[in-house]
Amino acid sequence: MSFLQIEQVNKRFEKQAALKNINLTVEKGELVCILGPSGCGKTTLLRIIAGLEMPEEGKVVINGRDCTALPPRERNFGVVFQSYALFPNMTVEQNILFGLSGQKNKNKEEKRFRVTEVLRMVDLLDHRKKYPSQLSGGQQQRTALARAIAPGPEYLLLDEPLSALDAKVRVKLRAEICRIQRTLGITTIMVTHDQEEALTMADKIVVMNNAVVEQTGTPHEIYNRPGSPFVAGFIGTMNFYERGNALLGVRPENVTVGRDLFREDDTHWIGTVMGLEFRGSQTRVYGRLRGGLEICADIPSGEADGLGVRSGEKCCFHIPEEHFVRYPA
Amino acid sequence: MKKKLFRNPGQWMLMVALTFFFVVIMILPLGSLFSKAFLNSTGDFVGLANYAKYFTTPALSVSVGNTIDISLWTAVLSTILGFAFAYALRRSRLRCKTFLKYMALLPIFMPTVVHGLALVYLFGNQGLVTGLGWDIGLYGRTGIILSEIVYTFPQAFLMFDIALGFADGRLYEAADSMGCGPAKGFFRITLPEVKYTLISSLFVCFTLAFTDFGAPKVLGGSFNVLATDIYKQVAGQFNMNMGAVIGTLLLIPAVLNFAVDRITSKKTDGTVSARAIPLRIKKSRGRDAALGVVCWFIVGFFGLMVAVLVMGAFVKYYPYDMGFTLQNFVFNQSTGGFASFLNSLSMSFFSALFGTVFVFVYAYLIEKGRGMGPLKKAGRVLSALPIALPGMVIGLAFIFFFNAKNNPLNFVYGTIGILVLANMLHFYAVPFVTASGALRKLDGEYENVSESMKVPWYKTFFKVSVPLSLPAILEMFMFYFVNSMVTVSAVVFLYSANFKVASIAITHMEESGDFAQAAAMSLLILAVNVGVRAVYELAVRRLKKPKRKEAKESEL
Repeated sequence: MSFLQIEQVNKRFEKQAALKNINLTVEKGELVCILGPSGCGKTTLLRIIAGLEMPEEGKVVINGRDCTALPPRERNFGVVFQSYALFPNMTVEQNILFGLSGQKNKNKEEKRFRVTEVLRMVDLLDHRKKYPSQLSGGQQQRTALARAIAPGPEYLLLDEPLSALDAKVRVKLRAEICRIQRTLGITTIMVTHDQEEALTMADKIVVMNNAVVEQTGTPHEIYNRPGSPFVAGFIGTMNFYERGNALLGVRPENVTVGRDLFREDDTHWIGTVMGLEFRGSQTRVYGRLRGGLEICADIPSGEADGLGVRSGEKCCFHIPEEHFVRYPA
Repeated sequence: MKKKLFRNPGQWMLMVALTFFFVVIMILPLGSLFSKAFLNSTGDFVGLANYAKYFTTPALSVSVGNTIDISLWTAVLSTILGFAFAYALRRSRLRCKTFLKYMALLPIFMPTVVHGLALVYLFGNQGLVTGLGWDIGLYGRTGIILSEIVYTFPQAFLMFDIALGFADGRLYEAADSMGCGPAKGFFRITLPEVKYTLISSLFVCFTLAFTDFGAPKVLGGSFNVLATDIYKQVAGQFNMNMGAVIGTLLLIPAVLNFAVDRITSKKTDGTVSARAIPLRIKKSRGRDAALGVVCWFIVGFFGLMVAVLVMGAFVKYYPYDMGFTLQNFVFNQSTGGFASFLNSLSMSFFSALFGTVFVFVYAYLIEKGRGMGPLKKAGRVLSALPIALPGMVIGLAFIFFFNAKNNPLNFVYGTIGILVLANMLHFYAVPFVTASGALRKLDGEYENVSESMKVPWYKTFFKVSVPLSLPAILEMFMFYFVNSMVTVSAVVFLYSANFKVASIAITHMEESGDFAQAAAMSLLILAVNVGVRAVYELAVRRLKKPKRKEAKESEL
């Protein structure tokens, strides 16, 4: 039996459907990312799992218990919100202690010990006497995480936990969150709109769009075999072509560029280079094929230099058949 | 059924209790008031007969015209002065702005009967200015209008001060670069920016003047207005039904004001984009000189009012014996004595204490309570109503409701309790806005985080919401206290012979010609109120200080 099961959940706000027939299972110990553009319903889904919203229809079963109508306090989870919601009038230590005050079975000593333990885990022991306003964004984030895990919850909910941080700190904290999650083995559900975050962190990704789940799968499955054109376009870049009744998609990194202009078949297409975009290790080549179709290819920058392609020149775009992803039109 | 499980039983019970309390102190008394207006003295239903009688009795209905007349003048003049004063403080380079601002607020620390008293010392039959040979004909219309301007000016000023406080410098720079002169900038940018405040100010000042009792009581002479009529009908002739009729008339502008407030509060002025840059005020000698004259004239006038009260309080027998004395502070027992001052202090303290607790908890449940949609909606509607209730209407409605023989709450009648309840209701609106504004600024996830950690809601309330809202709570307390100290209209029907308050005592001292004692008592009220305000300012400054320190440390 899965740790968490969401069955046929529907939710409306005013007349707008926020969630339509959502089904989802999460296994114990998994880190699941709910990924989607803003307004797709991902935060609503998280709030339903937390008990902060009630679904109109459907069931939420957590650890074998029907939790659909249970308030948050009876669900045993930890949560980190986008704003962190740290209490500004309390120090780091007091914030965590406050969270432990709901634990009736622990005495003062045990609580203090637990605070030290989680602070060590997030590497904030030296900062325990500081107020949130004296901490950097990353430290605030880790404080919120420490506060969430301190009471020893059954599962952890993270609502866009990294979106308020700069790019560098974000990358570092991704690894940090994953490390803590694995150490504790705690089932974690994270909402994000950042595809890179989802790809690097998740055991399983749930892609949402327009109030429905578009696809569920491992990061590899989602990236390599995106279930719908939306998923393909949302995660990474995808070139699309119509062929007969089907829509074909191909990732730019699977397209190679050559100088051989005499071969033209189903996998070798001649086109004009419309522009080049240097991206560090890779260079993106934008081209227009003979029929007017647009294409883009990511090739190693060294290779691009070797080829010496320039804007306006003709070249050959090669797409190996096995890299095509087919969608019924 | 599912939803029931979803809410918090403790919160729900508290919410139901507070809503019930609110209905008991507001809706039921208003119900009694309205029903009285349609009954005759023996309790039979007579339809609109009371109203017909009112409007066909010229001695009564003339007051309607009088009241509208003085209220219109007050509204227009106060709004103009309030705007000019706020404009001077926000958009000129005048000096001593802080001093000017606090001086402009002086009238709110005194009962309106005291404004009247100070005007009597200045312009009355034996007034200082009259003595210099300039008789403005104080008693009657002129005096009432003058006194109402003093009373409503701070309100108008405060409204414009907020509206003009936001300014987008870019607009003025753009206008400048297009060759607009300062006059065009004023009419095309500044005035449109404050147009809703302008409307609100006119309505608020009109309503305040329309329903004020203190000034016409002292200065009215034979010029009758609705507020004094209601008093005469009820306290003089015991004609409760006619009192109720006039009470409902007093409600009309207040209800209009309420409607206007609903409309304009949605379209607030001064919604400046986040990218706005602060306005840089240009040098302009002419503008500063003109505004300086207006400001210093107003402030000088208020200063003079306080000065004559001080003089009146400390001289032996104005204007015949100008020797110094402290004898005026030994108050006659017949008009209330020193006890009335102590009574005012305790009434104001309890009004502030219970009022602040009630408003804050209720606002918290409305803003942050879990679930309870219909109760929250009811709470918002109830909370919006008190702004439309004049003090006299509350007082009258309370008599009808609490003094009814079959009312189990009859025991509060004639005690400090009914005065506290009246004040809690009368001054509810502003603290409620303060409280809900402060609570809305707090992160909405505090409650959710706490609940996820199984921390009981009241613990989050006491350890997080209350400490973080402390400046707002102090402001609410201060507002309740100061207003309860100066109110006359709500308590004039409700005080009892063995619990008289200072503002009522002043009214009685004036009636019996003890002007010196009235001035002395006024100074005591003024001193307490200014003191409370000063403590509040210091406390808030102190509360806000450590934050700045933290911010600096984190920059290092």
